[in-house]
Amino acid sequence: MRSLLPVATVSMFVIALWYVMAVVMNSAWTLDQAKRSGVELSFSEIVFDTMEQERPRLPSPHQVALELWDATIDKKITSRRSLVFHGWVTLSATLLGFLIGSLLGVLLAVSIVHSRVMDMGVMPWAIASQTIPILALAPMIIVILNSVGLSGLIPKAIISAYLSFFPVVVGMVSGFRSPEFMQQDLMRTYNATAWQVFWKLRVPASLPFLFTSLKIGIAASLVGAIVGELPTGAVAGLGARLLAGSYYGQTTQIWAALFSAAILAAMLVGTIGMLQRVTLARMGMDR
Amino acid sequence: MTLAVAGAAWLLAWWLNIRLAAGPKSAITRFAVPAVFGVTILIMWECVVRALNVPGVILPPPSAIALSFAHNTDILWIDFVQTFVRGALSGYAIGCGSAILIAILVDRSLFLRRGILPLGNFVAALPIVGTAPIFVMWFGFGWQSKAAVVVAMTFFPMLVNMVQGLASSDAMQRDTMKTYNATYWQTLIKLKLPVSMPFALNGLKICTTLALIGAIVAEFFGSPIKGMGFRISTEVGRLALDLVWAEILVAAVTGSLFYGVVTLVDNRVAFWHPSRRR
Repeated sequence: MRSLLPVATVSMFVIALWYVMAVVMNSAWTLDQAKRSGVELSFSEIVFDTMEQERPRLPSPHQVALELWDATIDKKITSRRSLVFHGWVTLSATLLGFLIGSLLGVLLAVSIVHSRVMDMGVMPWAIASQTIPILALAPMIIVILNSVGLSGLIPKAIISAYLSFFPVVVGMVSGFRSPEFMQQDLMRTYNATAWQVFWKLRVPASLPFLFTSLKIGIAASLVGAIVGELPTGAVAGLGARLLAGSYYGQTTQIWAALFSAAILAAMLVGTIGMLQRVTLARMGMDR
Repeated sequence: MTLAVAGAAWLLAWWLNIRLAAGPKSAITRFAVPAVFGVTILIMWECVVRALNVPGVILPPPSAIALSFAHNTDILWIDFVQTFVRGALSGYAIGCGSAILIAILVDRSLFLRRGILPLGNFVAALPIVGTAPIFVMWFGFGWQSKAAVVVAMTFFPMLVNMVQGLASSDAMQRDTMKTYNATYWQTLIKLKLPVSMPFALNGLKICTTLALIGAIVAEFFGSPIKGMGFRISTEVGRLALDLVWAEILVAAVTGSLFYGVVTLVDNRVAFWHPSRRR
């Protein structure tokens, strides 16, 4: 709570800076229009005009907020101009991909922890794969799956899945390894089987790591779903809104899509954060 | 026939790796086991694609990709310079550099630090690649817009890491500096910057991947007729998948080398941090 005032101050500063930038970047167009019609504009008139342009270079914050309101609350959610409709298209691909990716990631992490061969053979590749831009594969996956007859939700979900897969693998391997030697020795003195050690020691100990890597994974999944929507030629989804906006110069639409993506990301990460707090509090692991 | 070869190669490699992994861990086995795994995947890929007659427009075999790589080195080099050297590297330098400078300014005020850390963490989790169409609109199709996207993507993760790093000196160390009557600049250069190095290099490492992703994805929104992202999206359209894979190979090697170089610097600069103790 003590950071509420500082955060509010910085946010206010950012919004103020945004308005100033909007005036600076849009005034060229305003002045040009005025010169053509031979009118002299006063400073306040220029400022007022830069806030209300149809296609500004930088839409002012209230224009973006209005567009967001207009496209989420005022439109019917089945309408193709509704951001709720497009947001849901992206969200469904994100969630499906995230589920597949994190499930496979946990499974691979389990096998890496239990097999020395997997650990030495696969783990270096999993780590190295995080340093390469796998997102570059997205257009190819979309087009190939399209030629095989798969389109719509599944290809985007696959991109989301492999983006969330590797962070979960790497996080969960360190999670399953986090119990100390002392605790492992204790399990051995109880004559616990590998199965029991896994469920009673490794899984509970790995939960903090699980939630942290799920947060990274779901943010990556959302990026994957958005980028996956680009090569399909802007049919539906937030990525399609971005692309269509950039084709037709609808800057306000781009910003509104960008903000709904940000809100979506915040909600997804926030949901996992809440699950994390509740679960860890029940287990007595919260700080 | 080729399928049988693939199966035999798989079994052989599996047996070899079990033998290697069962022995004591050494520098050689550490390298050999993943290498055997990688080579096996390549052999399986080649054999399965040949045996099942998978068309090249769906999945080309590794040999075709290698051939395409060898034939198109000039194109690949042009794209590499356009995307990595011009777009990613310049954006990386500007983004990380400005983040470090702003972090040093922010560090002077506890109020600003409390305000910027949560916001920075929040923004760092957002899909910032989405700003690409806006920057392409502002800065045109050239490498400048790509560098701008990279700046936007690298700035916040770097800022958050650097602010945390500068704040990581403990009270005892700061008191010592005070008893020495050290000025602000002396404290900054002799205490705060050195203790922030592990955090700074962690941020720099995260940003290497982000920089390459930003530069490539931004080219999907518009680009002159060169660049890795441009080549990938157009060659996919022309179904020249061997060239696409060659381009992805370049991206992968570039990403790993970039990360590797920063890791080398990290090992030289931040060797003293407790997380490095073995």
